[in-house]
Amino acid sequence: MTWDTEYALSILPRLLRGLLVTIEATFAGIAIALVLGLIVAVIRYLRIPIISHLFTFYVSFVRGTPLLVQAFAAFFILPDYGITMSALLTGILVVGVNYSAYTAEVYRAGIEDVDKGQWEATTALSLPGRPTWTRIILPQAVRKIIPVLGNYWIQMFKDVAILSAITVSELLYTAQTIGSSDYRYLEPLTIVGLLYLAVSYPAAIIVRRLERRLAFSR
Amino acid sequence: MPSPAESIDAESPEPANGSDEMITFENVSKSWGDNKVLQGLNFHVKPAEKVSIIGPSGSGKTTILRILMTLETPGEGVVTVDGDELWNVAAGQRIPRETKQMRLTRRKIGMVFQQFNLFPHLSAIQNVMEAPVQVLGMSKDEAHERAKDLLDMVGLGEHLNHKPPKLSGGQQQRVAIARAMAMRPKVMLFDEVTSALDPELVGDVLDVIRDLATSTDMTMLLVTHEMRFAEEISDRVVMFDSGIAVEQGPPKKIFKQPDNDRTKKFLRAVLEH
Repeated sequence: MTWDTEYALSILPRLLRGLLVTIEATFAGIAIALVLGLIVAVIRYLRIPIISHLFTFYVSFVRGTPLLVQAFAAFFILPDYGITMSALLTGILVVGVNYSAYTAEVYRAGIEDVDKGQWEATTALSLPGRPTWTRIILPQAVRKIIPVLGNYWIQMFKDVAILSAITVSELLYTAQTIGSSDYRYLEPLTIVGLLYLAVSYPAAIIVRRLERRLAFSR
Repeated sequence: MPSPAESIDAESPEPANGSDEMITFENVSKSWGDNKVLQGLNFHVKPAEKVSIIGPSGSGKTTILRILMTLETPGEGVVTVDGDELWNVAAGQRIPRETKQMRLTRRKIGMVFQQFNLFPHLSAIQNVMEAPVQVLGMSKDEAHERAKDLLDMVGLGEHLNHKPPKLSGGQQQRVAIARAMAMRPKVMLFDEVTSALDPELVGDVLDVIRDLATSTDMTMLLVTHEMRFAEEISDRVVMFDSGIAVEQGPPKKIFKQPDNDRTKKFLRAVLEH
């Protein structure tokens, strides 16, 4: 099989539409993960008996099972219980919930990374809880959190490809569809690889720059 | 013109509630596991008194300051500040939660830490302004004015907008002193504030503390290894060992003619090396 540029150009628009779906699913997943992750992190931090333990189990459960298994479970089992959603919405929820567990851990690590002396200084100055969190602790934690989250977001962008298994018409699924109807895989899969790289490589550079800028200059 | 240090300490040094003590520790104990850090400590400090606490490391000196700042809980005992109860813990009682009374009493106390603990993402002047604005509800302009005066006083008028990582250790510690002063505390705690500094930077920090000691009527409690400095500025020196105040008195007495063997041994060790 030899490379056919004309054919490659003819399928490019469809693949770009697939890429758009991948990017949309990534952003929606990020939004869910950020909010749900914060809720999980705060509840675990508050150490409420039983409830905090349940969320600790939630994090272990989500991190301990493959994303593909979670996607299949949501796609094939939930409709049996009367919960029906489009493949795309199911996929977004699965990715968002999956990454919320990692995001919660990133929040926790970022907050724990703030020096104990910072908390002691806020006590010594009698700063109340809210400014302590919003003006002292979180601004320092965010500097640690943002670069780590950025790397997770890039990983999520690539993980959205797993949703092709539940017929979400994202980038990889589009390429598979083209391949199985035209019996050509070289061009679609090559373009898919290049498109992933074209997004994730610059994104990785941006995250690295951000990390350097947010670090305290010593 | 009055020195800035004088003008910022307008409050009366006399404690409320007619008590003539600014700080009292009654039968205060504290343990870490089997290690008794404080053993039935009884300790009083008068208003405006400058007290230095000396002794070997691990002798419970810093714990006294940390209990006053509510950074640690006593296992047992009563602690009052300015006539108000800060701690009242019966033996075996569960650790009491933070109360409103505790929060209000704590406002009368300021603390300077060994590791400075400045907020690294805020400039020097923002570090000093933060508590007056957030806690006292002071306007930004007024807080800025006060912060600028205080930073001038500690010799950092040129560094208002520098963030802590850009300042030397000695400069950071002077910002930390200004930050604590901004709340106009009646009691100021200094916890080994020169121990983390390079030797050539110690002098500037001690100069600032000396200024405060001579020009204000703040009650000052210093845990220090700077024996000559303690001798110079203190009204009283307390020697601590193994959780007990083994000896106390005027600095001349403690440093020149100590009675207690442990004091003698400790001073020999730190002065003749």
